[in-house]
Amino acid sequence: MLVDRWRTALAVRGRGIPDRGRPVLVLVLLGILLAMVTALFMTYDLKGSLDFALELRGRKVGGMLLVGFAVAYAAVLLHTITNNRILTPSLMGFDALFVLIQTGAAFLFGTLAFLAIDVRLRFGIEVGIMLAFAAILYRLLFGGENRDLFLLVLAGIITGTVFSSLTALIMRVLDPNEFLTLQDLLFANFSTVNRDLLLVSAAAVVVIIVATRPLLGQLDAVAIGREHAINLGVNHRAVVRQCLVAIAVLVSVSTALVGPVAFLGLLVSNMAYQLTGTFRHRYTPAAAGMIAAIALIGGQFILQEVFASVVRLSVIISFIGGIYFILLLLREAGR
Amino acid sequence: MIELSGVTKRYGPNTVVNSVSLTVPGGGVTALVGPNGAGKSSLLSMIGRLLPMDEGEIRVDGLDVSRIAGDVLAKKLSILRQENQVAVRLTVKELVEFGRFPHSRGRLTAEDGRHVEEAIDFLELAEFAGRPIDRLSGGQRQRAFIAMVLCQDTDYVLLDEPLNNLDMHHASQTMGLIRRLATELNKTIVIVLHDINFASYHADRVVAMKDGAIVADGTPREIITGLSMAEIFDLEVPVHSYADRPVAAYFAIGSRHLHDQD
Repeated sequence: MLVDRWRTALAVRGRGIPDRGRPVLVLVLLGILLAMVTALFMTYDLKGSLDFALELRGRKVGGMLLVGFAVAYAAVLLHTITNNRILTPSLMGFDALFVLIQTGAAFLFGTLAFLAIDVRLRFGIEVGIMLAFAAILYRLLFGGENRDLFLLVLAGIITGTVFSSLTALIMRVLDPNEFLTLQDLLFANFSTVNRDLLLVSAAAVVVIIVATRPLLGQLDAVAIGREHAINLGVNHRAVVRQCLVAIAVLVSVSTALVGPVAFLGLLVSNMAYQLTGTFRHRYTPAAAGMIAAIALIGGQFILQEVFASVVRLSVIISFIGGIYFILLLLREAGR
Repeated sequence: MIELSGVTKRYGPNTVVNSVSLTVPGGGVTALVGPNGAGKSSLLSMIGRLLPMDEGEIRVDGLDVSRIAGDVLAKKLSILRQENQVAVRLTVKELVEFGRFPHSRGRLTAEDGRHVEEAIDFLELAEFAGRPIDRLSGGQRQRAFIAMVLCQDTDYVLLDEPLNNLDMHHASQTMGLIRRLATELNKTIVIVLHDINFASYHADRVVAMKDGAIVADGTPREIITGLSMAEIFDLEVPVHSYADRPVAAYFAIGSRHLHDQD
């Protein structure tokens, strides 16, 4: 009976047009799945000191939940304000800037000195630089009359490329030993999340989510297009600006916390649109966030238990995300 | 009442709307006509605050459109532009429901539901209500967008070439519906029209623009004459009379023999 009802609810009617119960059902199922994955991750094969193990795993799970929701929410917001579902905040240079900061610091101070700095200070500096970058980028492109979002995205891509080229240049002149240590820093790492940073990041992400809550209804109107949104009384400019600030904070915090998680946002947000069959912001950010957390926690679990941690999760995410991105492009082109 | 004074829009060195002043009193259909690039769409977009103006002032019922909060104006005035791409997949009903957004902020009440149903009925869309708008014909889609605007239930409705890309059947049907909005529901309609003959038959007032300025303003009978058509469109157009209204036979130009016989 219940299975039958699920089946009807999940059936894609009229190619992707949902009946109203479907998004709620998807959210409930994702919630159950997330709880199961988290429970498995926390309790599987517990050995030795229970307190220690749970604390360690709890931090990892906390980091992955946080990053998952932050990256997913940022991607959904960016898609909505640009009316484009194949953009990712990582295209706009945040990841490249993070890598440049690390590389530049390794070059100037050496990785030893860099790693010796208090993590909280390092985190503060990294987030500060990335937010400053976002502020400069937004100010330059949104300060005047001209407020073309695609110009902003394009500028982000170009500055991202500049950052990457600079990084490549510095890496060439870097001491090989330093380079090895550096490489380790540049991949997203969920194993060593600092507890204080986790709390600070969680606070920042929660503030952003609460502060943008009143926007969600208006974002539905923004999603159907700028002119329709203005006609319907949405202050389009203000909404877009607030979203850009939210995206900058979310991406900066999550990148500084664990490192670049390219493509994850793109991947999970599009999966969320497909699964829920809607663009309504009452459902999509939550669905995308849960999918991201499930992917991270489940992926990390499989890597730890099956592959004995020889591969990094972020490598897998980039690999799968890359393939998904290409499929998405092909599908859009085929329309 | 819509009041424009000294409204100007420039793109770099080009002035597309040059110090236009115009008053549209409440009620009736006012048609904006003129050649391509005359500034009609820009002017309409500025009234609907989709486009910021460089100089001048526009007031709707005394409210300055560039200052008043967007959601207040959205209950008074709606605008439908020419290109109506919607970035996400919507059914006709969902689209029409968006028209209630200024009133309900996305949480539909029973009253909103009534408005949605009325709008869908008024535009004869009931059988397509559940269909995605990207799978409608041009005429059906245009009607769906008009239903959304109707559902917004504003006193003022601005329409930018709503007959574009419609065949004879759908164009006349749509224009008839727009006329009914003014006659039966007492809306004030400002509409950009390409076909002067639709303006002739359905508009109460014709405002002609050329090179960013208003060059003629009056009833269809006053404006649609051979003389003023030549002035506005740089074209000698034979104007006839049909059903007591002027008809510009512009389609006959190029094969002169047709009106040589007059």
